[in-house]
Amino acid sequence: MIENRPILTFFSHLILVIGVAIVALPVYVTFVASSLAVDEVLQSPMPMLPGSHLIENYTKVLSQGASTNVTTAPVGRMMFNSLVSALVIAIGKIAISLLSAFAIVYFRFPFRALAFWMIFVTLMLPVEVRILPTFKVVSDLHMLDTYAGLTIPLIASATATFLFRQFFLTIPDELAEAARIDGAGPMRFFWDVVVPLSRPSIAALFLILFIFGWNQYLWPLLVTTEESMYTTVIGIKRMIAGGEAATEWNLVMATAMLGMLPPALLVLLTQKWFVKGLVDTEK
Amino acid sequence: MEKRARFQSRWLPYALIAPQMAITLVFFFLPAGQAVYQSLMVQDAFGISTQFVWFDNFKDLFRNDEYLASFRVTAVFSFLVAVLGLSISLFLAVLADRVVRSATIYKTLLIWPYAVAPAIAAILWLFLFNPTLGIVAHWLQGLGIPWDPLLNGTHALIMVVVAAVWKQISYNFLFFLAGLQSIPKSLIEAAAIDGAGPVKRFVTIVFPLLSPTTFFLLVVNIIYAFIETFAIIDAATGGGPGQATQILVYKVYADGFKGLDLGSSYAQSVVLMVILITLTVVQFRYVERKVQY
Repeated sequence: MIENRPILTFFSHLILVIGVAIVALPVYVTFVASSLAVDEVLQSPMPMLPGSHLIENYTKVLSQGASTNVTTAPVGRMMFNSLVSALVIAIGKIAISLLSAFAIVYFRFPFRALAFWMIFVTLMLPVEVRILPTFKVVSDLHMLDTYAGLTIPLIASATATFLFRQFFLTIPDELAEAARIDGAGPMRFFWDVVVPLSRPSIAALFLILFIFGWNQYLWPLLVTTEESMYTTVIGIKRMIAGGEAATEWNLVMATAMLGMLPPALLVLLTQKWFVKGLVDTEK
Repeated sequence: MEKRARFQSRWLPYALIAPQMAITLVFFFLPAGQAVYQSLMVQDAFGISTQFVWFDNFKDLFRNDEYLASFRVTAVFSFLVAVLGLSISLFLAVLADRVVRSATIYKTLLIWPYAVAPAIAAILWLFLFNPTLGIVAHWLQGLGIPWDPLLNGTHALIMVVVAAVWKQISYNFLFFLAGLQSIPKSLIEAAAIDGAGPVKRFVTIVFPLLSPTTFFLLVVNIIYAFIETFAIIDAATGGGPGQATQILVYKVYADGFKGLDLGSSYAQSVVLMVILITLTVVQFRYVERKVQY
C-alpha cells in the first residue's frame, strides 16, 4: 500500500462487497428458486430463503427431465451429452493444434505460409457469421443429431495453434539438435520432448476449451433436433419455450444450476492455472 | 522468428497438418465460400431455380429499413455492453488492486461468471426481470416503474445488456487486475511522494499505463457484443419485442432459418464477415506492435 487512508480503504471494501453481492444475486435467486415448490415460485415476490424441495426438484430433473408441460430428455442425459461434447472439443482442439503447430515450427515445406494463413483466417469466421452454409455442409454429411456433428466442426482452432506455436518457438534449438544427434526422429522428439514440455499450456488450455465446449449454444441449437441429443444449455432453452404458463420455473432453475455447476467448479478449483492460462492465451 | 534446428521429411509435415486443414477446409472455407457465392444469387421460394444477380442482395439489404434498424440496435447494444462492461470492471479492479491483501479473495468471488454459459446467464436475468415473477422486476415496480421487458423494447434492451455485461465482467476484471498489478509500484510511490492523491495518480499514471490492456479489452468486448451475445439474445428475447433487440447476428439466423430469406441471409453473413475481419485485423495489428516493445 502506498499510503494509509483508512476511510478510502473502507469504501473500497464496501463497494467491492456490494459488487460481489450484485454479481452473485442472480445465482442466489436461481438457487432459491430451484429449492421451492412450483406454486411458491409463482408467488410475487417469491421467497428469498431456500425452501424444502431442493432434493426433490434435482432428482426429478436429473432422472425425468423438466415439467409435465414440455417434454425434454432427463437432465442427466443432457449433462452426459454436454460432457461428451466438451471433452471431445477440448481434447480434439488440443490434439490437432499441437500437431499442426509442430509441423509449422519444426519443418520447412512448400505451402507452409499458406497453411499458417488459412488457420489464421478461421479466427475471423466464427459459426455465427456463416450459420446457414455450415449447417448445410453438416447436414449434407449426415452429421445432424450425432456427436460427430456436435463437435468436429468446432474443433479447428487458430487460438490454440498460435499458442502452441508461440510456445514451441521458446523451446531451445539445442534440444532438437541433441535429439537429432542421438538419432531420434521428429515424432520421437515430439512425444518425448515437445509434449512433456507443453504440459502446463495444455492443462490451462484444456480448462478454457472445456468451458468453451460446455457452453456452446448456437451450434448445438442447429444440429440437435432429437431430445436425446440436447446439451444442457439447449435443454434449458427448450424448457422455457412452452410459454409463460407452461414454464415450471423451479425445475428450469434446478437445471440451470446443474448446467452452471461443472464449469464453475472447474474454474474455482483450478483458479490459479485458469487465470494464468486465460491471460497468457489471449494476450 | 525461425527455428535453426529443423527436421527433414517429404511427407510428415503434411500428415501432421492434415487434420487441422481438413476441418478448416470443410467447415470454414467451404461454407464461407458458399456464403459469398450465394450472396450474389437469388433463389426462388422452392429452391428450384437460382439466378445470378451480382450485388442486388446487398443493395436490397442496405435499402431495407429493418436491416438498418438492426444495425442501429447492434451499435447501441455493443456500445453499452463494451462501455459498461469495461468501466464497471475497471472500477472494481482498481479498488481490488488498492486492497492488496484481499485482492485474491475478491478475484475468486468475481471470477466464476466467466464459466456461466451466455444462454444460462440470459435465462437467469430473464427470470429476475420477469414482469410477474421476477424479484428485480418487483423492486422496479415498487419504485413506480412499469417494468415489462416482454412488451417494452427499451426494457428488453436493458435486460440483454445487463445479462451480457454481467457475463463479461469477470473476464474484463481479470485482465484489468493483471494489468494493474504489473504497473511498477515505484512510479506510483514517486507520484505519491510528490503529493498526488489517488485520483490524480489514476488519471495521470495508472490509466495511461493501462491503455494497452484497455484497448485490447475494448476490441474483445466489441467482438463479444457482436458475435457471442447471440445466445443471450436468442434465450432472453428472441430479438423481440418487435425488432427491439434484433442484433445483426441474430437477424442472419432469423432470416435464414425462420424467414427462409436465403439470399438476404447470405448477404448479411458476408457483411458480418467483413466487419469481423476488420476488427480482427485491428486487434492483431496492435498485438504485433506490442510484441516489438
